[in-house]
Amino acid sequence: MIVSGKQLITEEKLAHLYASMEENKKKPGPLMPTLHEAQKIFGCVPLSIQKIISRELDQSIAKINGVVTFYSQFSIEPKGENIINVCLGTACYVRGSQGILDAFSDELKIAPGETTADGIFTLQATRCIGACGLAPVITVNQTVHGNCSVQNAKEILKNFKKTL
Amino acid sequence: MLERIHVIICGGEACSKQEAKDIKREFDRLLEQEGLTDEAKTVMTGCMGLCEYHPVVVMYPGEVFYQNITVEAVATIIEEHIKHGRIVEQYRIPEPFDRGKIKNISQLKFYKMQKRIALRNCGVINPLDISEYIARDGYFALAKVLREMDPKTVIDTMKQSGLRGRGGGGFPTGLKWEFAAKSVDDVKYVICNADEGDPGAFMDRAVLEGDPHSVLEAMAICGYAIGAHQGYIYVRAEYPVAVERLEIAIRQARELQILGRNILGSHFDFDIELRLGAGAFVCGEETALIASIEGERGMPRNKPPFPAVRGLWGRPTNVNNVETFANVPVIFMKGADWFKNVGTEKSSGTKVFALGGKIMNTGLIEIPMGTTLREAIYDIGGGIPNKRKFKAVQTGGPSGGCITEKYLDTPIDFDNLVELGSMMGSGGMIVMDEDNCMVDVARFYLDFTVEESCGKCTPCREGTKRMLDILNRICEGKGTEEDLDVLERLGKMIQESSLCGLGQTAPNPVLSTLKHFRSEYEAHVYDKVCPAGVCAKLTTFTITEDCIGCTKCARNCPVGAIHGKVKELHHIDPALCIHCGACKVACPVNAISTKPVMKEEHAHV
Ligand SMILES: Cc1cc2nc3c(=O)[nH]c(=O)nc-3n(C[C@H](O)[C@H](O)[C@H](O)COP(=O)(O)O)c2cc1C
Ligand code: FES
Repeated sequence: MIVSGKQLITEEKLAHLYASMEENKKKPGPLMPTLHEAQKIFGCVPLSIQKIISRELDQSIAKINGVVTFYSQFSIEPKGENIINVCLGTACYVRGSQGILDAFSDELKIAPGETTADGIFTLQATRCIGACGLAPVITVNQTVHGNCSVQNAKEILKNFKKTL
Repeated sequence: MLERIHVIICGGEACSKQEAKDIKREFDRLLEQEGLTDEAKTVMTGCMGLCEYHPVVVMYPGEVFYQNITVEAVATIIEEHIKHGRIVEQYRIPEPFDRGKIKNISQLKFYKMQKRIALRNCGVINPLDISEYIARDGYFALAKVLREMDPKTVIDTMKQSGLRGRGGGGFPTGLKWEFAAKSVDDVKYVICNADEGDPGAFMDRAVLEGDPHSVLEAMAICGYAIGAHQGYIYVRAEYPVAVERLEIAIRQARELQILGRNILGSHFDFDIELRLGAGAFVCGEETALIASIEGERGMPRNKPPFPAVRGLWGRPTNVNNVETFANVPVIFMKGADWFKNVGTEKSSGTKVFALGGKIMNTGLIEIPMGTTLREAIYDIGGGIPNKRKFKAVQTGGPSGGCITEKYLDTPIDFDNLVELGSMMGSGGMIVMDEDNCMVDVARFYLDFTVEESCGKCTPCREGTKRMLDILNRICEGKGTEEDLDVLERLGKMIQESSLCGLGQTAPNPVLSTLKHFRSEYEAHVYDKVCPAGVCAKLTTFTITEDCIGCTKCARNCPVGAIHGKVKELHHIDPALCIHCGACKVACPVNAISTKPVMKEEHAHV
């Protein structure tokens, strides 16, 4: 699979996954830590990776698929290179974060949870990220922007696009 | 080597945006350059709670509090404060209440009415350095317990303290430990529930990031009391900083043999591992959390058997919340009676709340149980901004309810809040003003539960979905008279028949708003208007005489529905308006009004 010009699964990444599974197998309950690792390495846990984990940890693929789809942190589809999160936690919601999400949705022409066709942006609505003091809050990759308004949120996106 | 001045830089979430790091770097650079490194030292701590004034820096001694610090301000502070001992008034935090001159942070009303037990070290010590924790009597309680007390005395002390679980339910902690201690098995576990799922709450995060060792210490004490040798901290993956700091804390504790084999020279072994959550709210429920650690879908199961009897991998397990644990070392250092004397008779100690929403001082507060809601919101929180009127305060997150003006003088404790149709929950306290629509708020919470319901039991999976459908209809102006009754009946049924606490409490936000704000529901259903002007389909946007003609609204309108010349009154074309609210957000003078839709207009909506 190729995502925005890059190979999703490489030998190197696979080696990394196998090594982490070796580590995790020593502990009780290795599945969750392994899935976290896989999500980190590949940016998603597609079926082909689930199969490898199934074989290595000796657990049925049905179970692994069940776990992957249960938790919102694991995704089956790859995400965009840059992730925009708009907090829809209570503190942010009552201060109007829905409007910001709608504005981004409009601007990027994708619904929350989707990735732009060029694979550059994924827009997500998230739960409280624990920065309620700054509500409403958005994050662009790892950077937290607080006290946003529809207006300055658009500004942030515009400025961020310039750095790409 | 002890420096004359300590510069404490808040590294909480609000402050630790790039700015706080840059500020620390600038301090370090200039101190180095000026040859002042023996004089002053910078320390980055966890959240201090005054998020509204970020980034925040405190100078010790003297506890001088500087706010909204920029990198440029650093040079001034070094020159004036550190070199000449003069306070830089321009950055001094304003006292929002009495405007009088204040000297240091303990005189701020914001802190004066608080009592810091669980947060005793947050914003005071460097969480990355175990020796700072030890310097504040850290791990002394564990040493005392291991040397002087047998497990039974430990449990008795806990029972006597009256500490009740801070994770939501308020179950007496000592009793819980006793159950786990009485279960006979050679393998038992201690779990710290750090899944903090309530949207709008970040108390546990502050403890984990600001004072991780207090949790480790308490878990070891618990392990000793119940006979467990392994602990797990189940922490949200959304809190990467907390994860990192916990990892560092565990490593440092192991190096000093505070964790591991023969802790502090005793015969007691105890170690702790981290497990990451993966974004499922229901995993905060203890049986679901256990399933998740085991590598299953995080679904709750019926209780009994309780985890104290059959928990992780079928073994007796004690699950406590982060804040519950953070209180434990203090109980052993200051005594159960001291702790019991704080708070109210049935709820001893303090509770940390995350004040948020429409409030001046958003941030973290720790108040003795029994403080009234009014004191928390007005005296500590500073009241409602923008001269708006208070409407309701929501506690308990998606499991809680809305409390109205009439009940603001109720002392906060576990039982009083339940009586008001809400609950303590984990400690979110969200204030709403007249601009918030209570139907919309109820819908917001239900939307959350529908998404987070694990799907195992029917009342919760199907029932909440139907309730949400009805609420969506009401917000779109398609509600019928029957809908309100159905909501009530359905809500009660879900409360009674759901498998776990998620479903059992999910209808609370709806039922409590139906009770206290029924007229608002009725306005949506009968008059097809949203009195607060939130539900887009039920409002009209207009521009008032206050308009200064800055054109911001016109530029922000996504559909070009706003016309007007620079410096002249603007107008909205109702035929084009899509009720998105972008103009309202953009307007610098609050000149956009959202009035209820007129009857005749509604006829053709
Ligand atoms: C849906 C649901 C979510 C919960 N979320 C949390 C949580 O995020 N953190 C927490 O400590 N307890 C949570 N609890 C409560 C736990 O089940 C459990 O009672 C608690 O961790 C026990 O600790 P305590 O006695 O110290 O409060 C939740 C319960 C339910 C039903
Ligand atoms: S609600 Fe948005 S950060 Fe907490």
